[in-house]
Amino acid sequence: MDIFSKVKEIIVNELSVDEGEVTLEARFIEDLGADSLDTAELIMKFEEDFDLSIPDDEAEKLRSVGDAVNYLTSRLN
Amino acid sequence: MNKRRIVITGLGAINALAKNVDETWEKLLQGESGISHITKFDTTDLTSKIAAEIKDYDPVDYFDRKLVKKLDLYTQYACIAGKEAMEDSMILKSSFDPTRFGVILGAGIGGIMTFEEEANKMFKGGPRRISPFFIPKMISNIAAAQLSIDYGLKGVNYTTVTACASANHAMGSALRAIQYGDADIILTGGCEAAVTPLAVGGFCAMRALSVRNDDPQKACRPFDKERDGFIMGEGAALLVFEELGHALKRNAKIYGEVVGFGMSSDAHHITAPVETGEGTSQAMEAALKDAGIKPEQVDLVSAHGTSTPLNDKTETAAIKNTFGEYAYKLKINSTKSMLGHTLGAAAGIEAIACLKAMATGKVHPTINYEFPDPDCDLNYVPNKAIEHDVEYAISNSLGFGGHNSVLVLKRYEQ
Repeated sequence: MDIFSKVKEIIVNELSVDEGEVTLEARFIEDLGADSLDTAELIMKFEEDFDLSIPDDEAEKLRSVGDAVNYLTSRLN
Repeated sequence: MNKRRIVITGLGAINALAKNVDETWEKLLQGESGISHITKFDTTDLTSKIAAEIKDYDPVDYFDRKLVKKLDLYTQYACIAGKEAMEDSMILKSSFDPTRFGVILGAGIGGIMTFEEEANKMFKGGPRRISPFFIPKMISNIAAAQLSIDYGLKGVNYTTVTACASANHAMGSALRAIQYGDADIILTGGCEAAVTPLAVGGFCAMRALSVRNDDPQKACRPFDKERDGFIMGEGAALLVFEELGHALKRNAKIYGEVVGFGMSSDAHHITAPVETGEGTSQAMEAALKDAGIKPEQVDLVSAHGTSTPLNDKTETAAIKNTFGEYAYKLKINSTKSMLGHTLGAAAGIEAIACLKAMATGKVHPTINYEFPDPDCDLNYVPNKAIEHDVEYAISNSLGFGGHNSVLVLKRYEQ
């Protein structure tokens, strides 16, 4: 499974949104209805499922699906 | 001080017998037991393997999927009973001032299931695995907060924590808050969801629970000589308390009036009651005085009646202290014989049972009463419901720590 598909799956489960809403441009808070606790949990889920640790100062910069995909791609390559 | 009068205009309940008030009441009258073997988790290593669990429950039937993972089960139960009470009261169809509408709930333990899940995550994966929802899901005041968010209720809002007396303290506080003028309407009662390995295991360690595992429906036997402990229950029971003038103005249906509340502390032991029952008597006498009635005017006592050897004996002694010879004429019953002990929710369902008795002229039984105990020689309405006219009822709730609380309810008359 490519990174975008896996990220999409995590977001659909964690935020209970439709798959179609999870575009690269979609922002977690403004577009997908997450609050600060949801985004904190989302980051934890990325850490767990991609088996890596995301420092808080980098986690703060991940505001959209695209941010997350780009960040995870750079970390995994 | 000329007290404002407070009436009850809405009821809601979820418990092992049913997921609404009317069905709960029918089953209580039938003397049906909600107790069976625990299905939620493996009980192999526990001494008590039985509970009054809520079965066939799927949170998705009641909540948006997104909300489910943010609400501990105890908060879910509170929201379900709260919704029934709010709808029953028809208050949302009337105009009201949201700043004068509060929520005061009781919860003996709170989100212990969440506590266990997150503690396990931490032990397995370290502190970074703890969910950001852990604290707001687990804290015992969050059910009251959630209801205020759900309905936009901006008045007084807090939670009372006095173990098994929590819901009575909540309702007593709601009575006082409306009497004093802090609010006009309060959604009150109690909630609990502690049928979990840690909570059941903890009560087992205290030797507080019945071990009659081979016969669950007979296990809870308040005031019977063969009683051997209480049975864990779960659920929520909420009531709408409303200032009389406010209720009359909107033509609300009125179930009864809350006319008194009394409290005391045993100042004795962290779990054992004073054997003379004097702490409980003091609370009953304070409640009767607050209501301005004589002991002989009480028609029904909804007992704490847990089915532990010590509680039932002590509570009987307390009733005799307060009521003297009249104690033998009182009708006394225990919902716990059928619903188990719902801890912080218990007093809520007991208040509802008292109001239903006033409305129907029927009093539900205490089931499993077979062998008389010389220390418990009053009329506990054994095994079969009776016809009985109830004008005044009192409801006792006594919590670990020696917290005694007594609510006085009255049939509504203009």
